[in-house]
Amino acid sequence: MSRLIVLIVIVLGVLAIAQLVRLYELSSKLRDRREEDITNRDNKLNAGLLLAFMVFMFGGFIWLMLAYGWTGRGDAASVSGAQTDWLLNLNFWIIIIVFFLTNGLLFGFAFKYVRKPGVKAYYFPHDNRLELIWTVVPAIVLAIIIILGLKSWNEQTDEPGKEAIRVELFSKQFGWTVRMSGEDNTLGFFDYKLTNENNPLALMTAATIQNAIDSMENGMSGIKALERKLNDRTIMLIPEERDLMVTDLDRKERLIRLLYQMKVRHNSKLDVQAMDDVTFTEGDTLYLCKNQEYEFNFRAKDVIHSAYFPHFRAQMNTVPGQTTRFKFTPSVTTDEMRDKMNNQKFNYILMCNKICGTSHYKMKLMVVVLEPKDYEVWSLKTSYTDSKAHQKRLAKILKRTPTPKEREDWLKASKTFKNVYQVGKPVEAPAAAGTTDSIPADGAAMPIDSLPKA
Amino acid sequence: MAAHEAHAHHDAHGHHHHEEGFISKYVFSQDHKMIGKQFLMTAVFMGIVAMLLSIMFRIQLAWPGEGSDFLSFFLGDKWAPKGVLSESMYLGLVTIHGTIMVFFLLTGGLSGTFSNLLIPLQLGARDMASGFLNMISYWLFLLSSVIMLCSLFIETGPASSGWTVYPPLSALPQAIEGSGQGMTMWLASMSIFIASSLLGSLNYIVTIFNLRTKGMKMTRMPLTIWAFFVTAVLGVLSFPVLLSAALLLMMDRLAGTSFYLSDIIVGSEMLENHGGSPLLYQHLFWFLGHPEVYIVLLPALGLSSEIISTNSRKPIFGYRAMIGSILAIGFLSFIVWGHHMFITGMNPFIGSVFVFTTLLIAIPSAVKVFNYITTIWRGSNIYTPAMLFSIGLVSTFITGGVTGIILADSALDIAVHDTYFVVAHFHIVMGMSAVFGMFAGVYHWFPKMYGRMLNTRLGYAHFWITIVGAYGVFFPMHFVGLAGAPRRYYDYSVYNEFNTESFDMMLDLNVIITFFAILAALGQLLFLFNFFYSIFRGPKAIQNPWKSNTLEWTTPVEHIHGNWPGAIPEVHRWPYDYSKPGAEDDFIPQNVPLMEGEEEH
Ligand code: HEM
Ligand SMILES: [Cu+2]
Ligand SMILES: [Cu+2]
Repeated sequence: MSRLIVLIVIVLGVLAIAQLVRLYELSSKLRDRREEDITNRDNKLNAGLLLAFMVFMFGGFIWLMLAYGWTGRGDAASVSGAQTDWLLNLNFWIIIIVFFLTNGLLFGFAFKYVRKPGVKAYYFPHDNRLELIWTVVPAIVLAIIIILGLKSWNEQTDEPGKEAIRVELFSKQFGWTVRMSGEDNTLGFFDYKLTNENNPLALMTAATIQNAIDSMENGMSGIKALERKLNDRTIMLIPEERDLMVTDLDRKERLIRLLYQMKVRHNSKLDVQAMDDVTFTEGDTLYLCKNQEYEFNFRAKDVIHSAYFPHFRAQMNTVPGQTTRFKFTPSVTTDEMRDKMNNQKFNYILMCNKICGTSHYKMKLMVVVLEPKDYEVWSLKTSYTDSKAHQKRLAKILKRTPTPKEREDWLKASKTFKNVYQVGKPVEAPAAAGTTDSIPADGAAMPIDSLPKA
Repeated sequence: MAAHEAHAHHDAHGHHHHEEGFISKYVFSQDHKMIGKQFLMTAVFMGIVAMLLSIMFRIQLAWPGEGSDFLSFFLGDKWAPKGVLSESMYLGLVTIHGTIMVFFLLTGGLSGTFSNLLIPLQLGARDMASGFLNMISYWLFLLSSVIMLCSLFIETGPASSGWTVYPPLSALPQAIEGSGQGMTMWLASMSIFIASSLLGSLNYIVTIFNLRTKGMKMTRMPLTIWAFFVTAVLGVLSFPVLLSAALLLMMDRLAGTSFYLSDIIVGSEMLENHGGSPLLYQHLFWFLGHPEVYIVLLPALGLSSEIISTNSRKPIFGYRAMIGSILAIGFLSFIVWGHHMFITGMNPFIGSVFVFTTLLIAIPSAVKVFNYITTIWRGSNIYTPAMLFSIGLVSTFITGGVTGIILADSALDIAVHDTYFVVAHFHIVMGMSAVFGMFAGVYHWFPKMYGRMLNTRLGYAHFWITIVGAYGVFFPMHFVGLAGAPRRYYDYSVYNEFNTESFDMMLDLNVIITFFAILAALGQLLFLFNFFYSIFRGPKAIQNPWKSNTLEWTTPVEHIHGNWPGAIPEVHRWPYDYSKPGAEDDFIPQNVPLMEGEEEH
């Protein structure tokens, strides 16, 4: 029905325009006016409209600026972000001035110098001095922009300091996984061929290599199973299926050769680097500590993604087959930002910002920045209970806890952590890299529930 | 004289008799004027399609999840169940919209139309160097257009990995449906398109070098020709690189090579590819991709130089500086591609080199803008629709250009890369400027193409709606981007989870944007009506309606083979002798000899 109405309106519209054009042509003919002769009236009208448009454009710009703010994402929440904003503002002032000036001149002259009967245009083919001026002035302004920009760029892309905590952000369609580098602050090695359910981030230890070999050989659709199926005369296979299986088998045989090579070359002394890493469940909130520098290492499992932290003014693509890095230092906690924005529901976020498939727009990770004190608590909860770091953290917290009652709670809680974190740890591969559960989403196991949640 | 004409005719059509049939005149024509018109028609059609696609996804962005008759009408149940655009088709539409707009409308369409029409006419040549290759160029263009359009209708949907089709996403059908057959068609179409573009460009270059009439020194060529020339050179040097990028991608998809793929697990399938680099593709793509921006833009700037000079009745200010800046822009455009890759994992030091080269381009661009403004200053400006569109172009070139300074600054690009700020930037500086240039060209040279005049009043209405619509769409888009909104997002529901205020603000802006987009799209109906109506019923044109200096206006209104019935005119002066002191008229065509004691400019 509505479709019909739309159609009718369009047809009527076209007919109406056709009639108007006809009318216009007839009247032009009567007045002996040709299409290319622009009357002074039309000329003046359009010159006026150009000026009016300029006012509309400038007005619209100023309105948008006032109504929708300098930036809709709030103040920067990282140390380098604050600098980025400063530079962004400076650059904006420069380009806004240029914008008003040049558009103003353009529309202003267009309005002023509309054809007037009897006035001839001024023959002015060139002027070296003028041309020199508007080559040199932009060059100087640009030099300033380049120097300030590169200074900031170098700072942001420089090596992080020694104190920086290394964190891995692993991306896949359509989620993020966090791996903290653990006690030694070193991220263990990985190889994508080691990926399986027990080892989603493909960490490399002697055990995980063996594990991968086992499952490729003996697993459900492992090499042995495939061979058995292909050789079993009692199973009827349609040719396409058989071809697929043969291809799959070939591929797996090549891959397993590589795994054996890996096994031979592997230096198991380095396994500890991977084993103390704490891997969270996909989608678990990323907790950061205020004023602590972080070096993020990015990996991608399938296609390119991009880790975009709008509030920290940080962004880096994640590339399959390559590790990319970026650093920043959060400078405002989630709570502080909520107060600043006067919005108690506000959260930091990590969004995917490189098209990666149909659910690209849903690929996100919540981010929480804690005060150092709260971060300590969180770290305690997420470190292996038998590690030295765990003990150290516990001691530190006990020291600053005043009442014996609370101290007891802490100690009790600390014991329960172990259980919390052992759940889901693969039994078949005891030496596998530390897969741990995350902090329970509701924070139930926390002795104090003051941690902000995403 | 008659012998001469017969001879000219013979050249163009070696093999057959005088009366041309319908087929050889309108279909397999080798006449540059007809080929130009064929390019224009195809481009207008492709432009309409791409615009419709953009309206479809704009509806989704402004009213996410709400059913719309418009969408179910065009897309049916499969791609728009209950009138709500599906996620995968959203990406498909965005991809094909971008591809068509950049390549088919503004590369094939713009260069194809005006280089073909104007190069021989403004240089005083009887036709292109090779009419045959020129014809092939058009037919390849048409073929590639048809393939691209067909890819919209296949079962698995069109290519959906964005117009830049970055692998691995574009290489793996397991990762997104559109990377199956749709992507194969995209690659096939683009490869043919590139062949078409190369044939065209080589032809333009050879023609410009060899077929200039007597007296047409390089420094007497109109700026249009200079722009077409540099555009063609850019195309010849950069399109083959895109072709190689496409071929390698094709091999990764079909032959199991690993140029771009390494260590990938998609779904639960472990691929063997190892050692390839997705960054390699990006380098190859942007080695074309950035010059492409100027391939789109320079012809528009060339056309508007001519139009502004003619209608201000003044010489273009700083003719030599204009040539210099076209050459400088052309050269620099080859060494800035890395500004698209600041945060891809490329070495930061290389990034800083690209910051430097990119910001250098701002200088010749600024020179061009100031020269345009000075040309208008103290002119006797006549506001034909073509002149209005040219002024619109200068305005969008400024407005879009200044935001480029932010994006070229790698330290700042980190914060806005791949957000709507970028979308706003490139639409204004490349999309709108080039579209305005194209419209300006159509209004200005319509009499030359069809021998009739377009309706001026409808042209005015079209211009005003278009410029208000364009700024209405793309101004607010900057603020969506500054709020951090990533591009290629189906909706912004994710904002609800962390900042509902931003979410509301973006939705408000998106409604405004879509409103102006629909307004602008409706405005184009005025143009389409005017265009087709005037082709058949417009008032007959006179030979030189705009009192212009260049040689095309010395040819008869009726098209003939060989362009000039008699000898080719000889050129005695530059093309910008408007309002020259001491001259009687306010224009002196290029073929008028210098007067006694007159100095060349
Ligand atoms: C009616 C006017 C137009 C509207 C409303 C419009 C709107 C849009 C929007 C909303 C996007 C999606 C951005 C994203 O999600 O990344 C887009 C993408 C794009 N548009 Fe337009 N556009 C218009 C005209 C043009 C023109 C004239 C060009 C020519 C240069 C153009 C070139 C592109 C390109 C290259 C993309 C990127 C596609 C991609 O992300 O792969 N558009 N457009
Ligand atoms: Cu993603
Ligand atoms: Cu570029």
